[in-house]
Amino acid sequence: MLRGIDLEFGERGITAVIGPSGTGKSTLIRCINRLVEPTSGEVIFENQDIARLSRSALRLARRRIGMVFQEYNLVERLTVMENLLCGRLGYVSPLQAWLRRYPARDIERAFELLDTVGLAAHAQARADSLSGGQRQRVGIARAMMQEPKLLLADEPTSSLDPKTSVEIMGLMKSLADAHGFPVIVNIHNVELARRFADRVVGMTGGQVVFDGAPAALTDEHLKAIYGGEDWLA
Amino acid sequence: MPSGQTRGVRLAFPVNWWARAGWVLFGLYVLYAASQLELTPARFATGLEHGGRFLARLFPPDFHRWQLLLKGMVESLQIAVLASAIGVLIATPLALLAARNLMPAWASWPARAVMVLCRSFHPVIVAILFVKAVGFGALAGILALIIASVGFLGKLLTEAIEEISLKQVEAVRATGAPFLSVVSYAVVPQVFSRFIGFASYETDANLRNSTMVGIVGAGGIGGTLFAAFQRFDYDFVCAIVLTIIALIMAGEVLTMRVKKVFRA
Repeated sequence: MLRGIDLEFGERGITAVIGPSGTGKSTLIRCINRLVEPTSGEVIFENQDIARLSRSALRLARRRIGMVFQEYNLVERLTVMENLLCGRLGYVSPLQAWLRRYPARDIERAFELLDTVGLAAHAQARADSLSGGQRQRVGIARAMMQEPKLLLADEPTSSLDPKTSVEIMGLMKSLADAHGFPVIVNIHNVELARRFADRVVGMTGGQVVFDGAPAALTDEHLKAIYGGEDWLA
Repeated sequence: MPSGQTRGVRLAFPVNWWARAGWVLFGLYVLYAASQLELTPARFATGLEHGGRFLARLFPPDFHRWQLLLKGMVESLQIAVLASAIGVLIATPLALLAARNLMPAWASWPARAVMVLCRSFHPVIVAILFVKAVGFGALAGILALIIASVGFLGKLLTEAIEEISLKQVEAVRATGAPFLSVVSYAVVPQVFSRFIGFASYETDANLRNSTMVGIVGAGGIGGTLFAAFQRFDYDFVCAIVLTIIALIMAGEVLTMRVKKVFRA
């Protein structure tokens, strides 16, 4: 349940959305590409209100919005390469996709991305044979295959160990900087948010209670966001 | 200690009196049904005696009319293969329509209704209907077994599709993939190995049923078997039965191979 959310995102930079579990961070991010249908309000992306798009127009909009998930959401029985090419499904016909007839350019891009995320040797491995960190790299590469104008990340590090979490956040930041798209990331780890984000949005009870630079985020704000104070000690 | 359990004994395994009463009632009913149907040791003994004489007449099997036997078996095999192939072709899209996690209710309920209808009657009864409708012969048998295949494969496949992980579906959907691509990339990979298992199981069942629909005139070895029974040609009956067993076993080996090929 979201109420009175009015946020604007620039063309660059990482925005971290923090807040307690069940406060609507996931809903917020899923309303942007309408994996969750907003009951009212507007979601403006590239001068279009996504909330009112028809099915086919929504598909075209989704092609430009990459998404990274907490549990990676790779298709486990497909190979890493096939998972990457999922990012192009919006551009090729179902028949082409079924026959695995992708444009040579897409295949090339997939191999380049695998090099970037350091998984070139695993191209033909089945996705469920990878470790958590590797899977999330595939998840990011899949989103990158879409050549996104916006990247949504729904708790991309919550299933990963601290070191891998930092690597994954670093990977997203460097890709966002190199290709010039904004990232909206839900995150539970306040330290990671401070370290990688250019802007922090704090939510509680479906409302925004903090919106500003990470440096401006004080313990007082955190108390307002998460409630209580024992955990801050 | 939580309130309500303050009166002393805490049971780790509380007695379920309803379940106990249920078991007792079930046991009593089994005894009652047995007495009603005269399922007594004496009746069983006379049955055994009769069976012994029948067994003696079955042997040795008589393969003299092997041409008749072969013709019937080949027809049965063809009925089974055709019914399975067409059944799979119809059941697959139907199951996709019936899966409630992918389709709205207005699509899934009619698809489910069709499947329930297909499963309502035993294949032999459906075969009788088709013999009346399209006449004696293999066509009636094929149609009857297609109906059976659609009913069972459809149900099994629907359930398999309803158990898939929607996270994978969500991720593929989020890339802007059209519906058919979502199906082929996020649904099919998750159900494919089970699907191969179901299809080979159904082929196995069709093989068995195709030897039976002939009894009602719907083609295949069943007709020959029934005629042999009526003429008391028990040695030929034995030959037919042994051949059917061999065919089913061969089918079992074949489906095992198929599953291995698909790593199912």
